Amino acid sequence: MRPVHELLLMLVVLTDFWVLGTGRLSSTIRAAACQGALLAMLPLALYRDASPHMLALAAGTLLVKAFWLPRLLTRAIREATDRREVEPLLGFNMSLVLGAVAVAVAFSISPGLPIPGLRSDLLVPVALSTVMIGLIVLTTRRKAVTQVVGYLVLENGIYVFGLSQAERVPFLVDVGVLLDVFAGVFVMGIVVFHMNRAFDSLDTSNFAELEE
Amino acid sequence: MILAAALLALPVVAGLGAYWLPSARVRMGLLLGTAALHLAGCLAAWRLPCGPASGDWLGLDALGLIVLTVASAVFLAVAVGSRAFLAAHAQRGERVFAGCLFGFLGAATLVAESQHLALMWIGMEATTLAMAPLVFHSRTRRSLEAVWKYLLLSSVGIGLALFGTFFLAAAQGAGRPLILGDLVLHAASLQPGLLRAAFVFLLVGYGTKMGLAPLHAWKPDTYGEAPAPVAALMAGALTSCAFLGLARVTQVMVAAHQFAFVRPPLLALGLASLVVSAGFMVWQTDLRRLFAYSSVEHMGLLAIALGIGGAGMFGAALHIVGNGLVKAAMFLAVGNVILLSKTSESGGTRGLLRRAPWTSVLLVLGLFAVTGSPPFALFVSEFAILGAAFHAGLAWLALVIVVLFTIVFVAMARVLLRVVYTAPEPGASVLAERPALVAGPALLVGAVLLLGLHVPAPLRAVLADAARALGGNAP
Repeated sequence: MRPVHELLLMLVVLTDFWVLGTGRLSSTIRAAACQGALLAMLPLALYRDASPHMLALAAGTLLVKAFWLPRLLTRAIREATDRREVEPLLGFNMSLVLGAVAVAVAFSISPGLPIPGLRSDLLVPVALSTVMIGLIVLTTRRKAVTQVVGYLVLENGIYVFGLSQAERVPFLVDVGVLLDVFAGVFVMGIVVFHMNRAFDSLDTSNFAELEE
Repeated sequence: MILAAALLALPVVAGLGAYWLPSARVRMGLLLGTAALHLAGCLAAWRLPCGPASGDWLGLDALGLIVLTVASAVFLAVAVGSRAFLAAHAQRGERVFAGCLFGFLGAATLVAESQHLALMWIGMEATTLAMAPLVFHSRTRRSLEAVWKYLLLSSVGIGLALFGTFFLAAAQGAGRPLILGDLVLHAASLQPGLLRAAFVFLLVGYGTKMGLAPLHAWKPDTYGEAPAPVAALMAGALTSCAFLGLARVTQVMVAAHQFAFVRPPLLALGLASLVVSAGFMVWQTDLRRLFAYSSVEHMGLLAIALGIGGAGMFGAALHIVGNGLVKAAMFLAVGNVILLSKTSESGGTRGLLRRAPWTSVLLVLGLFAVTGSPPFALFVSEFAILGAAFHAGLAWLALVIVVLFTIVFVAMARVLLRVVYTAPEPGASVLAERPALVAGPALLVGAVLLLGLHVPAPLRAVLADAARALGGNAP
């Protein structure tokens, strides 16, 4: 029987691939919400400690990453007519393969990193693969909403890595992560909303006026 | 310490107050008053001892003091320029504009004063966010595209910087977590592998915010579409804050005897920035984009200076001052050109000397200042950096830099002189150059000129302190 946090970490990787493999915007957002919920449970499972700090961290993560941000993104696509990802720069199959390569790389380099205070061997490889998959989504998709989700996945990977240091570095860091996601996507959400109005589309390939 | 806290609280309190003020006039007055008071506080900090005590999260060391003073001086000039800008645009969106300016000043102060590297990161993130609504001020499609590129690239950069900060925390064996003083003091106990990983992520992260090539893609678009005072603030203050982030991690690396590891990437990114900016400036006809590439160029030079070490560190500290002030002045002057002809395209403006003589003089003086000609401060700093390169056995690098500088000078002179020294079209309008439009940039250019002629002893001492903290020395 493996501990709960290892199961959670494996599910995080699974949601990474969900984001990589899906073409419907609503499904992408749902994947991000699920990943947020998993991340909210992770600190509790990892430290088995119900201190006010840990509970607040879990509650805050759940609120922001699993409910608030997905709702913001859902609202942004509500008025859009075209809710599918259009011809990503890299096909879905290719990006799944690339994601698998990222996971393999992450798992092969992680044992070489002498990171102190680790509660689980899976923590660092999962963090690294999530960061890399976030970057893949961010750079190969064209829809603004999908790019925001890619950014969220990237941030989630950093959050997992930050959890490995939560005991050594006090709580400011978790607040920083939440604040970052909170405000960053809040502003991005506004931009996405305006983009809908200005171009009748969330496709960033409309952005060609400023090319050199 | 009290002064440091007061400087941080001032813009936050004033900003909250300003948001609830009903009158736009009073709000702009409060903005100017806050900016002036903030600068006065910064100058007082040069006299009073306010260095960080051991373990403090806030405090002004030499490098922080330099960056904060530059940011504060630039902010005052930008506040004056913003009033003219908003008056010309019927005060549209003025409440948000002022609010974001206050927010930026608070965030920049936090970056400069932070002795805790995660706290500094929070400040850096806040500067990014405060700028976004300002870039999007004109609400056009082009500005939407610009703000999207800016947010996306900066957010990824800032995310990777956080990743690097966590690696730094993981590398730490002794001392309070992420306190700069403790990191330097216990540098020997830092785990080298994790420390190197931390440096790479922080270099990419803060390098994106500085606009080092090849991570500079957002810069020309953002500076080209943002209102001129906003571009002035970004080129003068925001990039200086980002440089401070890179300088902090370099300081830790130097203390941990990892200088041999940091030199190649710093030189490579710096040199790439110089080459890319020189290449793009040759074809550039838009004044704002021209100066945006100039900003890429100078950030590249700063990265190179950090990579050279020795007297290069002194040069970098002085260069931050000169570059911040003159770049802000140039964008404010270009703002005057835009007021006159509604565009910063050089083809859209002829005979500027007749139509806006003060602005023309400022642009021509700025051309010489920004390209590092004597007697301006950037000449002194660039001379120190080039000298350090020879001293460090990097003569080839110095020669390459000189060649690239020459290309940049010709490219900038070609565009600027064509705007200034041509015959105006018959019946072309003339800009009423009220003192508010020219005072800010004139004072900034004047300061750069004076600093080039003579670096006052207190400034020289602080610059030398900053250089020593980075493992360098005064020339």
